[in-house]
Amino acid sequence: MTADDAAAVRPPLPQPGPDTAEFWAACRRHELRIQRCGACRRCRFAPRPACPSCGALRFRWVRASGFGRVYSWTVIHGPTLPAFQPLVPYAAGVVLLDEGVFMVGQIRGCAPEALREGLRVRVEFDDVTDDIALPHWRVVRERSRSTRARAGARRARRLP
Amino acid sequence: MAPPAVARVRGSAPRRGRRPPAPAIVGIGQTPFARQLGISETDVAVRAIVAALDDAGLAVRDVDGLCCYDIESTGIAGVVATLGLERVRFFSTHSHGGGAYCAVIASAADAIRAGRASVVLAFRARNRGRRSSFGRGATEGGRPWEKIEPRIAGFYQWQVPFGVVAPVHEMALIARRYMLDYGATEEHFGAVAVTMRSHAVRNPRALMRQPITLADHRASRWVAEPLRLLDCCLESDGGCAVVLTAMDRARDLRQRPVRIQAAAQCLGPAHHHPHDWFAFERRRWMRAAAARLWGEAGLAPADVDVAMVYDHFTPMVLLALEDWGFCAPGEAGPLAARGAFAWPDGQVPVNTHGGQLSEAFIHGFNNLGEAVRQLRGTSSCQVPDAEVVFVAAAASDPYGALVLVR
Repeated sequence: MTADDAAAVRPPLPQPGPDTAEFWAACRRHELRIQRCGACRRCRFAPRPACPSCGALRFRWVRASGFGRVYSWTVIHGPTLPAFQPLVPYAAGVVLLDEGVFMVGQIRGCAPEALREGLRVRVEFDDVTDDIALPHWRVVRERSRSTRARAGARRARRLP
Repeated sequence: MAPPAVARVRGSAPRRGRRPPAPAIVGIGQTPFARQLGISETDVAVRAIVAALDDAGLAVRDVDGLCCYDIESTGIAGVVATLGLERVRFFSTHSHGGGAYCAVIASAADAIRAGRASVVLAFRARNRGRRSSFGRGATEGGRPWEKIEPRIAGFYQWQVPFGVVAPVHEMALIARRYMLDYGATEEHFGAVAVTMRSHAVRNPRALMRQPITLADHRASRWVAEPLRLLDCCLESDGGCAVVLTAMDRARDLRQRPVRIQAAAQCLGPAHHHPHDWFAFERRRWMRAAAARLWGEAGLAPADVDVAMVYDHFTPMVLLALEDWGFCAPGEAGPLAARGAFAWPDGQVPVNTHGGQLSEAFIHGFNNLGEAVRQLRGTSSCQVPDAEVVFVAAAASDPYGALVLVR
């Protein structure tokens, strides 16, 4: 495969800039970082220099837990860009992170027909180039509702 | 010392008590629609413009205002240079594509109302058939999403690198959530496709005139679940133009004028890029826009005879009808399945030319042409004595709508 071929199948990549370099540099370290408003404390995504909830300019970058739930999803059969053609049909979705922000990404580790609202997902990263690692989401096995309820009850009993 | 008297130029003083001129659409024109026309977008634009002026009974030299989208590859200066227009005194370009298409017309109407121009053209020319690409540039024909740069700095960096690359992928995510929130089904989406096609069957301009059934919809291939091929608009070449002027001048022209009774726009932080779409409650500002539209019109959705709803994808038609108050959220799907939007028997026939799902995809402008035909009484699916036509932009953010009357 020539260098040209490699470029042809590589997905379009982000070009980090002043507002986004922190996010992409963190991805390179396999960390998911988002902004949190310095005034109203709400988290936000995508990165932007002001808070869309309260308008404050002060903010901090915080490390997100990397967990969320499937909020919406699609299974893409094509047409799509050449880089993604070998993957069809592939699942992509909108994930509601535990921090309350939405992110788009591929969803892996689940048969397309088994995708459901509320599935638990965890962020993972693909190293693509020296400067870019791309996040995606992997469905994680979750304890059943009854198991979680029993665990909750145990925790409750431990409370003073 | 008293300030020097300002010399009053004749005619410059506002005339009190005189009502501003009511803007009207007096001409519509379009090129043939095709998978590939084989002519440039500039050529498409000027052919549609000349056809609209002919329709109105106006000459190229009468034009003194132009409005278009900012994604127009020829642009206003290109059209002015191509046609040699020398009297242009109003020109305005609008961002955001289909969600803001009614704003192009609203701005043309405002220019006439304010006396900034007397004959204003609004146009859209696009060669977006799959085979119409002739270069790498996003405006060099074909599918713009296929021509994204290898490095992306804008908002597409939050989806395209992950494989969410085309509008249909974004809309599939919105459609899925609409199904989860309101119980909409693939059959509801199919009903929209079948209804639009049943209208296109009678329309000689339409690219797709073979009748389809719900079974055909179900059998069409997946593009991005939950959307199938028949949920998607066409990829076509073609152009449309409309000419506006003031009502008092319109009465002397060739066609029955169509008045712009009301227009409303809105723009909130929930652009259709999925992370922002779900992060903000768009209905908060959307509902205010609907209240402005119907308040300005002095009418209600129940008064509408025909609706022209931006139909890039079937679910977005349902969303738009709910957004602008034709029914409550979640009700449009069952209504579509019961034939409420079908000509001739539905309560509000929608897209009586077949829409962008079956006639052609001209970024809303072909829907606008059909709105005018309904009010002239010349549609191939004519609603008898249609007096009020509602026109909606793409259900997205920005957003907008028009109410047209005769």
